[in-house]
Amino acid sequence: MAAVAHEAHGHHDAHGHHDHDHGHHEESFVSKYIFSQDHKMIGKQFLMTAVFMGLVAMLLSILFRIQLAWPGESSSFLSFFLGEEWAPGGVLKEDMYLGLVTIHGTIMVFFLLTGGLSGTFSNLLIPLQLGARDMASGFLNMLSYWMFLLSSVLMLSSLFIETGPAMAGWTVYPPLSALPQAVSGSGMGMTLWLFSMAIFIASSLIGSLNYIVTVLNLRTKGMKMTRMPLTIWAFFVTAILGVLSFPVLLSAALLLIMDRLAGTSFYLSDIIVGGEMLTNHGGSPILFQHLFWFLGHPEVYIVLLPALGLSSEIISTNSRKPIFGYRAMIGSILAIGFLSFIVWGHHMFVTGMNPFLGSVFVFTTLLIAIPSAVKVFNYITTIWKGSLVLTPAMLFALGLVSTFITGGVTGIILADSALDIAIHDTYFVVAHFHIVMGMSAVFGMFGGVYHWFPKMYGKMMNLRLGYAHFWITIVGAYGVFFPMHFVGLAGAPRRYYDYSVYGEFDVDSLNMMMDLNQIITVFAIIAALGQLLFLFNFFYSIYRGPKAPQNPWNGNTLEWTTPVEHMHGNWPGELPTVHRWPYDYSKPGSDVDFIPQTVPLAEGEEEH
Amino acid sequence: MGSKLIFLIVIVLGVIALAQLVRVYELSSKLRNRGEHEVTNRDNNLNGRMMVLFMLLFYAGFIWLMLTYGWTGRGDAASVHGKETDWLLDINFIIIIAVFFFTNTLLFVFSYKYIRKPGVKAFYYPHNNKLEMLWTVVPACVLAVIIILGLKSWNEVTDNAKDESIRVELFSKQFDWTARYAGDDNKLGRFDYKLTLDNNELALLTATTIDSAIHAMEFGPTGIKTLISKLNDRTIMLVPEDKEKMENDLSRKERLIRLLYQMRERHDGKVDAQAWDDIIQKDTLFLCVNKEYEFNFRSKDVLHSAFFPHFRAQMNTVPGMTTRFKFIPDVTSAEMRKRKNNDKFNYVLMCNKICGGAHYKMKMMVVVLSESEYKAWMTNKKKQTFKDAYFATAAPAAPAEAAPMAGDTLSVAKK
Repeated sequence: MAAVAHEAHGHHDAHGHHDHDHGHHEESFVSKYIFSQDHKMIGKQFLMTAVFMGLVAMLLSILFRIQLAWPGESSSFLSFFLGEEWAPGGVLKEDMYLGLVTIHGTIMVFFLLTGGLSGTFSNLLIPLQLGARDMASGFLNMLSYWMFLLSSVLMLSSLFIETGPAMAGWTVYPPLSALPQAVSGSGMGMTLWLFSMAIFIASSLIGSLNYIVTVLNLRTKGMKMTRMPLTIWAFFVTAILGVLSFPVLLSAALLLIMDRLAGTSFYLSDIIVGGEMLTNHGGSPILFQHLFWFLGHPEVYIVLLPALGLSSEIISTNSRKPIFGYRAMIGSILAIGFLSFIVWGHHMFVTGMNPFLGSVFVFTTLLIAIPSAVKVFNYITTIWKGSLVLTPAMLFALGLVSTFITGGVTGIILADSALDIAIHDTYFVVAHFHIVMGMSAVFGMFGGVYHWFPKMYGKMMNLRLGYAHFWITIVGAYGVFFPMHFVGLAGAPRRYYDYSVYGEFDVDSLNMMMDLNQIITVFAIIAALGQLLFLFNFFYSIYRGPKAPQNPWNGNTLEWTTPVEHMHGNWPGELPTVHRWPYDYSKPGSDVDFIPQTVPLAEGEEEH
Repeated sequence: MGSKLIFLIVIVLGVIALAQLVRVYELSSKLRNRGEHEVTNRDNNLNGRMMVLFMLLFYAGFIWLMLTYGWTGRGDAASVHGKETDWLLDINFIIIIAVFFFTNTLLFVFSYKYIRKPGVKAFYYPHNNKLEMLWTVVPACVLAVIIILGLKSWNEVTDNAKDESIRVELFSKQFDWTARYAGDDNKLGRFDYKLTLDNNELALLTATTIDSAIHAMEFGPTGIKTLISKLNDRTIMLVPEDKEKMENDLSRKERLIRLLYQMRERHDGKVDAQAWDDIIQKDTLFLCVNKEYEFNFRSKDVLHSAFFPHFRAQMNTVPGMTTRFKFIPDVTSAEMRKRKNNDKFNYVLMCNKICGGAHYKMKMMVVVLSESEYKAWMTNKKKQTFKDAYFATAAPAAPAEAAPMAGDTLSVAKK
């Protein structure tokens, strides 16, 4: 592999010279914008697709939030988007409510936060920050994107079929997801879901392998592993997690496909559904949950680590200070990565799993709090005595640290099996993971877009709109998810279509839930409208934004040494040589407050 | 339609207006010779102050929610272990809320305090092993306490039920719950899903129920005999899809009936009594205060979850598998109504695992009675055991008839 990569390397080198000599490299429209093998273009393709998917998922959430706040009331917004079929008279149908929840979760977790976040920034930053001409395999990289697009299209198409999209929740637990008699979405909709996810997993695997190989083999001269920016460390560990865990989800999905289409009994046993007595015997639905969460938990960190990596870079640059405890940060990324593989059972405390096994998972899960705490304190120490420049990216990164704390501490309650019994599958869980995983990862992604937009498009985004976007988003998102803790502590199960059922046994709880649900929905609508500012800023700046300088934030990493105008091969002439770690900000003895990685150590200067 | 058009026009005009505003802003920046990558001190300070303002509003909102909607929101626990759960929950909350305030305050205050100031350089401070050790060890110690307390409670809650605890089965299906009390012997009768019939919804296993299940599968309105005769009847034209469906149905039933015959061969009539004295109860679950209950959970179709929020109890119900959970209710419904000052309040058993469209409606009221009330209720209820109910609905065919014919129907089934 190394030899092959080296050869590619050499080839690209020659290529770079060629560009340099002749100014422009001839590329057709198709090979530049569509079937591009250039990592920067592929990164942008991932971003565009993910932004679109994210918008769809956000719209779906607004649709079901309207039902939750004003159950049974006619809404022209609902009938506009869902029509008479799924919202007769403007009132959402029960089945479609579950469909919306399911597809919202699936798109957000996999398509926005896995494909979108890791796909965009791993592609853009790995070669640029390592000093490589491109990914190890440009072709596989392109393939990864096109499979991602195909799976996105399949997933979206399931919203338009007669029996509706998958309706078994984003975790698609069988038997519900295996039996079309149990819910209409488990017919064609579920089939599309499974095929879409199978392709998505293939895309993710190809991408991850490429990232790993690139990080290991294509670092430029002087770029030791311990000189890599934390972004790269985060992408690297994320890719390893993906390679080790996604195949398990694929196997879970394949077994489910076989149960549905080939009459096997992996997950089914002793079932009577829709008056029909099935002959399946001996399977176990719990098996699926083990397989699913063996991916599902590392998945949380696949989503979170890139966001933490991006924010490390952004916070350090905009504090004009080195990230505090660089090696401890790497250590905690590795520790989180390792532990994430032995905690999946904490999603299954009340499935009837052996209680002893439960206690083991309590122990391993709570251990994860230690590296997470280290990260938080290191971020806080990084901004301590800094010289903070609050760019929109910096605000989002600081927001991420806040949501990581707020959502992280409630994880301690959920990881404690004795307490989990009382709040498992309630809104407390919904609040927890939306804050710690959803908000944190989305904030990391926004921070990344604001920070690296000049690198992606050679233009600057509007600052003021960025500020407005940040404040609306943090107020709106906390306003949505914070009250959910209280709804959950009151015992409200998640995925309920209508909490009016509480009226039959506890009017006080009913009133509380209705009040809070309306507050939540209002905040959700505000937060959603705030995203339109981002969209406007994003697209307007691509076309009309002011031209970006080469190094707008005075950063140290290698991507800011490339020319503003994109070129295949990234650097005209030779690849840069690295002499120091990327965090020499405000180093004593230097006149400027940043020293790029390409600057050799001065006489007598010590490396960090 | 008109309103939609106006709506659309407003959106378009809004975007144009925004674009114009941005252009004006850009022109002014250009005049002042400032790029978008340069954050002015004014903007920087403004956002720093906003960080602190946001923090204060955030905390105010949190405190308001806590005061308005209470510590746990669902009232006192109504079970013995639930009280310990709540105690543990409170301790954990005190710890995490302290951490929440401490770290968030540092974060937001620092982002205001250390804002860029002209002439002040950032402090180069790449690492400090002592500090890093401090925030590895302190969280580890706190977590150790949390883990030890949590596991102690978990082991007690999940320990086996005592022999004398009352056995109750909770049977779940889309979209309701059925309870089955174990009767005088405190032993739940056995079951097999293949025995499910209209008069035996819980599929209890006795010699009689096996016979009637076999009989229904052979001679019932959609039984094997009927299917075969329909499929072989040349006077009926069948749509190909219907024909395929019937053939599938037939092969399914032929497989099932063989299993039923095996079951009959192996069946030991001595256990029948365990099932016959069981008591089946719908709509409302009655429990006796201060008695330990062991609940056995079953599911007929998909996953459900038996969630008793007031008793701090929850367990999934899994098709093909029995799950268990035990608890001691220690506050009667009447007492809880008094405490809550709400005479319509009821305990409830809800479904807490997505199970289909009407998931949210799947629930059962739970009433905790005093010992004397419970005894009175139970005495009355015992007049309607499973046996009484079963023979009252009079199985359509006498099982005695079905038995001698079994031999030749099996050969038909095998064809």
